[in-house]
Amino acid sequence: MCLAVPGKVLAITDRGRQQAEVEIGGVRRAVSLACLLEEGVAPESLLGCWVLVHVGYALSLIDEQEARQTLELLKELEPDALR
Amino acid sequence: MRYVDEYRAPDAVRVLLDRVSGLLQEIAPASPLQIMEFCGGHTHAIFRFGLHQTLPEGSVEWVHGPGCPVCVLPRESIDTAIDLARRPGVTLTTFGDVLRVPGTRQSLLQAAAEGADVRVVYSPLDALALAREHPDREIVFLAIGFETTMPATALTLLQAVREGLGNFSLLCRHITTPAAVRAVLQGPDPALDGVIAPGHVATVLGSAAFDFIPRDYRLPVVVSGFEPVDLLHALERLLLQRLEGRCAVENGYARAVREQGLPPALDAIGRVYELRGEAGWRGLGRIADSAVRLRTEYADFDAERRFGSRPTPASGEEPLPCGEVMRGRLRPPQCPWFGTRCRPDAPLGALMVSAEGACAAYHRYRGSSAP
Repeated sequence: MCLAVPGKVLAITDRGRQQAEVEIGGVRRAVSLACLLEEGVAPESLLGCWVLVHVGYALSLIDEQEARQTLELLKELEPDALR
Repeated sequence: MRYVDEYRAPDAVRVLLDRVSGLLQEIAPASPLQIMEFCGGHTHAIFRFGLHQTLPEGSVEWVHGPGCPVCVLPRESIDTAIDLARRPGVTLTTFGDVLRVPGTRQSLLQAAAEGADVRVVYSPLDALALAREHPDREIVFLAIGFETTMPATALTLLQAVREGLGNFSLLCRHITTPAAVRAVLQGPDPALDGVIAPGHVATVLGSAAFDFIPRDYRLPVVVSGFEPVDLLHALERLLLQRLEGRCAVENGYARAVREQGLPPALDAIGRVYELRGEAGWRGLGRIADSAVRLRTEYADFDAERRFGSRPTPASGEEPLPCGEVMRGRLRPPQCPWFGTRCRPDAPLGALMVSAEGACAAYHRYRGSSAP
């Protein structure tokens, strides 16, 4: 139920309603950016960003640097050298 | 980066399994460590990816919490929704998972078969679109879910207000995560060793919303994502906390979760909802401050007030042992009805309805005869 899936913001389709077109697993969907837009932030600033989508709303802006960091920790460390 | 495949990569999973196994050897628990995942999405992922079978025998037991909102929806909510769906001119919309949940006499699906107008939507925004397209019909959205889903329905309602869509209303049955976690942890002797906190609730509330768990219950907590690498990484950090004798909330889902949550979403929740006080949870009974209702300024968009539906008595009592399963005291296969009278194709209890229910996950990925 609390499922949220990653998608990439492709276009702003309705500025007034803060609606965007987001590609999720190869499918384009209408998604609201309202949860991510603090006052004064333009929807266009999210173009090209990856977001987590839940029931038609983008719920989180994925932090690429944090994402890479978690994965790189796994690559660099051999099991024996961990602690 | 696609943010999915990378977190399912076999190499990464193998590295983590080695590390977790090493830590488990070091801890050498006398009995299996009891790790509770609150969220139904985690329960589903653990079974789907077979994580319960990958750890050394007898080292970890996953205790499945009540974090599947479909599973804890009381019969009264289904009864009220059916009552509304049967009224002339009303279309009742909700998420697909809800349709097969048993009410007192029938489910929404059975009511639809008898002519009630019930429609499945992917998003509350789809219900709003129906209201725009059909000004002659009353579109009611049965809003369920935890804090993950609350902002979506709150923002949809605010959009309806802005557009002056008088034929749209909410049947609000949202529930709150921290109250449910407390209810489980306060129970007699949950005897847990750690908690994996729900990643998507935490995107909205922030990881700090779970600070009460180490503070009040002396348990380590790690917020986790939903892929195998996320869950094993969370388990590793729980084990490290235990080895080091620490209890804290750690954020294992840093790519999506911030400590203080998502301000616009929290703002929408605060504007639209207020605590309802006590609410009934299927299988768990009544829990204080565990649900929200619409604030009085949005009374016109409250389906119960608009249609004058009288709530049926909501005891939250459940004639089945589902509550024992949700409190972690009974494993799904230990229930006398599991896989016999209660199956995914003919569910008696709600835990067998949703794919995220512990019983449905066991049944699907473990087979009904497994221990």
